[in-house]
Amino acid sequence: MKDSSRALRRNRITGYTFLLPNIIGFLIFICFPVGASFLMSFTEWNGFGDIEFAGLSNYIRLWSDETFRISLLNSLIMTGVSVPVTLLLAILAAVALNKGLRGVKIFRTAIFLPHITATIAVAVVWQLLYNPTMGPINGMLRSLGIDHPPTWLASTQWALISVIIVSIWHSIGYYMVLYLAGLQGIPKDLYEAAEIDGAGKVSQFRNITLPMLSPVIFFTIIMGIINSFKVFDLVFVLTKGGPGRSTHMLVYDIYYTAFQRFEYGYASAMAYVLFAIILVITLIQFRGQKRWVNYS
Amino acid sequence: MSTWTNTGKTTIFLPKRVPTGALIRKMVLYAVVIVVSLSMIVPFLWMLSASVKSEAEIFGFPIQWIPSEFFWSNYKKVWTELPFFTYYLNTIKIAVFTTLLQIVTCSTAAYAFAKVKFPERDKLFFLYVATMMVPYQVMMIPQFMLMKTLGLMDSHWALILLGAFSPFGVFLFRQFFMSIPEELSEAARIDGLSEFGIYSRIILPLIRPAIASLTIFTFMHAWNDFLGPLIYLNSDRLFTLQLGMQHFQSEHATEYGPLMAAAVCAIVPTIIIYFMAQDHFVEGISAGAVKG
Repeated sequence: MKDSSRALRRNRITGYTFLLPNIIGFLIFICFPVGASFLMSFTEWNGFGDIEFAGLSNYIRLWSDETFRISLLNSLIMTGVSVPVTLLLAILAAVALNKGLRGVKIFRTAIFLPHITATIAVAVVWQLLYNPTMGPINGMLRSLGIDHPPTWLASTQWALISVIIVSIWHSIGYYMVLYLAGLQGIPKDLYEAAEIDGAGKVSQFRNITLPMLSPVIFFTIIMGIINSFKVFDLVFVLTKGGPGRSTHMLVYDIYYTAFQRFEYGYASAMAYVLFAIILVITLIQFRGQKRWVNYS
Repeated sequence: MSTWTNTGKTTIFLPKRVPTGALIRKMVLYAVVIVVSLSMIVPFLWMLSASVKSEAEIFGFPIQWIPSEFFWSNYKKVWTELPFFTYYLNTIKIAVFTTLLQIVTCSTAAYAFAKVKFPERDKLFFLYVATMMVPYQVMMIPQFMLMKTLGLMDSHWALILLGAFSPFGVFLFRQFFMSIPEELSEAARIDGLSEFGIYSRIILPLIRPAIASLTIFTFMHAWNDFLGPLIYLNSDRLFTLQLGMQHFQSEHATEYGPLMAAAVCAIVPTIIIYFMAQDHFVEGISAGAVKG
């Protein structure tokens, strides 16, 4: 009895010694800020004067804040369009690459290249590509006989779509790599058995590939939604939320409210709304996954 | 039918009689993959080509991929008219320190979570995993206040400290540690090796691929970070490449050639690293999702 309690104490000391370097930083720079910003979301503070307790007023103000509503809507549109398109293209690319083509690594690298490139560099290039009068995209459209091509980032109707296109282009590679890794984990003999049973390619994809890949698909849907709600660099460089508020999005609004307008309490409330959205989506996904995710 | 047989790492081609249907299917597949790959690469090629063109030649359609005259002066401008070398050093400094610190703090913590049994362990680990879901924007403002109080505003240390502790890194390492059989540590313990000895001499060498993955991952992340430097850095001499480029864009708004040259210079290191270590990179990305 005494022996085991001594072993327990020793283990505890060992455990915490190993944890120490990380847990100090974890508590100070992660846990404390998470709690602090929750409290801040119930206050009014500009960083200098007194911190005033404001109850739920920040959250109530969000309801009638038009910019916030537009940002939320834009974020939702961005997510609703970019996530399905990105994941679909990524899965098709992965399945194609998994068919044993010559030069898989070259193709994989090509598709992955945008993802490892700094968003800011990518955004600067696309800004020039999108240039309405001189850019090569409209140059190409004009040569195809379209006399009045969209003005892309300069147009309130097209700006959001333009940002979404870049975001899809930038992130396909990341998800494709995840799918490729998932596909390579599927045992080959499953397909051989199906072939013997006379199953066609489509039925093999539906009955073997999709179910076996479902844990990865589940993971990528969650990550895709979360990442799309968090888009910032692209918006900051491409449009600064404009023209008008056509590409104003949640994280851009949080940044702007905190670091340009110095409304720390209000920005914290926005951040917690973002957190709540992510949390709800994740929980729904986890509930739904029982129905279709197959962990073998 | 032709088949590509995958035997572990290498793919060998086994020639057999090829029916036309399969051949056409394969050709369509190639065509699709090539088109997709090209659409991913064309903006890069355009950037590369624009970086050595005169202002007049950058725009215009059809695109002249190889300029009639090479304007290497764009690159010279980037390196002489801007403190680009300083931006480079700053970015390297932040990325290297963040990465080193993260490898140390994450691997020791993951060792505690995977290999040491103590009562609060699983609850603590749950807390770590739970914070992975919290978006950065939630922590952003208090972190900013904290750094202000610590007097670390407009300093690289704010960025390095914030980058040094990552729940994701702990999670990633733990995944790898869990796959190492307990018998190995047990045997070493019987031989009288200390717990730190087991961690540093037995376990760490076994998870070299994981260390490589996290190194590349963290380095790339720190290198490409934009929001962090945007919040914490004000002085031009402290700017990272990503911030510096932004600054360049607003001040020399009309000079597209040098801007493209700057973009090329800023992304070359990450592309080189990717080519050197792409397998580790892929492993690092998929470790969380596939081994889940």
